[in-house]
Amino acid sequence: MRLQRELRGGVTVISMDGQLDSETAPRVQQDLQALFPEEGLVVLDLSRTLYMSSAGLRVLLLIYRQAQHSTVRLALTGLSPDVRAIMDATGFLGFFTVVESVEEGVEALTV
Amino acid sequence: MTILEPIDAYPTQRIAGYPVRAGRSLPFGATRVPGGVNFSVFSNHATSVTLVLYREGEPEPMAELPFPESFRVGSVYAMTVFGLDVERLEYGYRVDGPRRPWQGHRFDPDTVLSDPYARMLTGHGPYRHRSRVTLDDFDWEDDRPPRLPHEDLVIYELHVRGFTRHPSSGVSAPGTYAGLVEKIPYLRELGVNCVELMPVFEFDETDNVFTGVNYWGYSPIGFFAPKASYAATGRDHMQVDEFKHLVKELHRAGIEVLLDVVFNHTAEGDERGPTISFKGLDNATYYMLTADGHYYNFSGTGNTLNCNHPVVRGFVLDCLRYWAAECHVDGFRFDLAAILGRGADGELLHNPPLLESLAYDPILRDRKLIAEAWDAAGLYQVGSFPHYSRWSEWNGRYRDTVRRYVKGDLGVTGELATRMVGSPDMYSRRGAAATVNFVTSHDGFTLRDLVSYDHKHNEANGEGNGDGDDANNSWNCGHEGETDDPAVLALRARQQRNALLLLLASRGVPMLLAGDEIGRTQLGNNNAYCHDGPLTWLDWGLRERNADLFRFTRRAIAFRRAHPVLRGGSPGSVHWHGVRAWSPDWAAHSRVVAALFDGGGNDCVYVAANSHWESHTLELPAAPRGQTWHLFADTAAAPPMDAFEPGSEPPLANQSQLSIGPRSIAILVTH
Repeated sequence: MRLQRELRGGVTVISMDGQLDSETAPRVQQDLQALFPEEGLVVLDLSRTLYMSSAGLRVLLLIYRQAQHSTVRLALTGLSPDVRAIMDATGFLGFFTVVESVEEGVEALTV
Repeated sequence: MTILEPIDAYPTQRIAGYPVRAGRSLPFGATRVPGGVNFSVFSNHATSVTLVLYREGEPEPMAELPFPESFRVGSVYAMTVFGLDVERLEYGYRVDGPRRPWQGHRFDPDTVLSDPYARMLTGHGPYRHRSRVTLDDFDWEDDRPPRLPHEDLVIYELHVRGFTRHPSSGVSAPGTYAGLVEKIPYLRELGVNCVELMPVFEFDETDNVFTGVNYWGYSPIGFFAPKASYAATGRDHMQVDEFKHLVKELHRAGIEVLLDVVFNHTAEGDERGPTISFKGLDNATYYMLTADGHYYNFSGTGNTLNCNHPVVRGFVLDCLRYWAAECHVDGFRFDLAAILGRGADGELLHNPPLLESLAYDPILRDRKLIAEAWDAAGLYQVGSFPHYSRWSEWNGRYRDTVRRYVKGDLGVTGELATRMVGSPDMYSRRGAAATVNFVTSHDGFTLRDLVSYDHKHNEANGEGNGDGDDANNSWNCGHEGETDDPAVLALRARQQRNALLLLLASRGVPMLLAGDEIGRTQLGNNNAYCHDGPLTWLDWGLRERNADLFRFTRRAIAFRRAHPVLRGGSPGSVHWHGVRAWSPDWAAHSRVVAALFDGGGNDCVYVAANSHWESHTLELPAAPRGQTWHLFADTAAAPPMDAFEPGSEPPLANQSQLSIGPRSIAILVTH
């Protein structure tokens, strides 16, 4: 799993490339924490996340909870229909702000 | 904050290439621990136990790890295995021991067994009985069980798949826990505040020699495992999350969740049945056996779980605690619960330790415990089930009495009166919550079929119509089965309302069968356990086609919820009337009776029942406290005048008389 961070406007966009499962989850969690800014807006781009397991979803939720306790505001984008369906059926979707694009994310988080 | 790593998070040796150490005996099952997974399994008579690990979906094991003798404490084998990827792991146990069926021992080391404590089974395909390890964390946020008073429940019995599997359901994941979440607004609109889910423990859907289908699932395999094929995410092994999400969403809507649980037998059958788990782990402990090692069959399905054996009792208790504490389930309905009061030889116990343990268990204290208080061997304990002031019962006598009254049998009016006030002949000291009243359940005719068929029509079950109950107390209203005769249809519509209205105006906890509020039919099949198709799935088109019946049921539920006096109270709060006020006619030929439930204030309800085919004019008692009578419901009236919105009932023009139509029920309320 590769993580990339870029700044677009005032927003930190982190894209996740590869598989997020029990093998990669602990590392991804550490790396994500390192890439998170102290404050501001973060959009997690999952459009190149090929596979998301149960453990992967837990990483996302942990990251989201951490963001809630800081001043960072977080949105997800690029959910594949499969991942979206799984998140919907298990209730994970309800925790997140989910947007169709990075641009929409900026808008959703700044409103 | 620094979290210290536990000092036993390191292996001490390798077995079959895997780093391991002696495990912790408790809890049983597979539990994630720092760095690994702790496996613990019980067998009293085994000579050796081997942990079998598979990479998911692979036919052959990736490793077999025999438990060293030093890893055994008593009869519990425990081992912590490090470095496993639990998301891609499947496992089971290979257990050897005596092969002496006449002594009760059926060990078979060629079979890899399910872990009885597994919280997930693979659930599909050729390896469907393999166990899996769960990530059991879940973000419940501030979920709180509604903790509704038992007598305030309106229970709705449903089959998770059948409720939304029909294409007409319109949900995104038909036939699943997630699909049910999408129907919560429907449940809210109907007004029920409790769902009772037919079995959701893993069972084998192919377990039936006649049709090859077991739809109902009263033959469990994995008692801790929510059924994977009821989860939209089952193939991604997230059924536990999906189930918990369902409970959380129902609670958010104020709806409690009861599980229909089957602890009387398992899917392993008798001598001819498969070895899946218990039979190979410790047959002589888990099952009731005759002196020569044959299976007692009090369940009618081949075997009987030896549930008052101390080990099995612990298993049942662990299981219910898991569903209550970890999955936030609000209560349980116990299938063939009379068996749970039997000892190892099937004898009736006077103080059954299992039932007592459940009644006094600290975790289960606020959970509803409902017994189906009979079994398949003729033990009938409705009214006499060992209750410890905690257990309530499916009241089979309520069902039979209301059915007989509604179809017009003579000589049941007096008994109907007893059933309407909470069956005090059976439950006087226990209050209204002790009786779960119902007219229909999954087991038998649907309500529409109850008024459409004199006889069961189970030909499609492949048993020559020999299965299913013959004593249904049903009446087809003049024509057997489907018809377009308007007179017959009108009578059936009224008879369905009569049954629903009596049920919802009786003291005790009413239970509705899902779909009865919109006229679901199984075409006369009264034992549809073996059909997973349009015959058993709820057709949501009925919601529009029978909108009148839905509205009637919704109003009757709302009326009940608006009137505490219908849910309980002292015997002195009910007064009986007949054609003459204050003069009930308890003679055997009487078909008319009226109950005045007076809870004081506006909580005063008059329920008049007439099972005669003629109308009658009833003299009304004066409405108490200077109030006036208003008409809530009259099943003889054409919809939508058959029931009014509670709170907006129109006043009765004639305050001294009520004309009640043929075969109908009317309800008045004071304002």
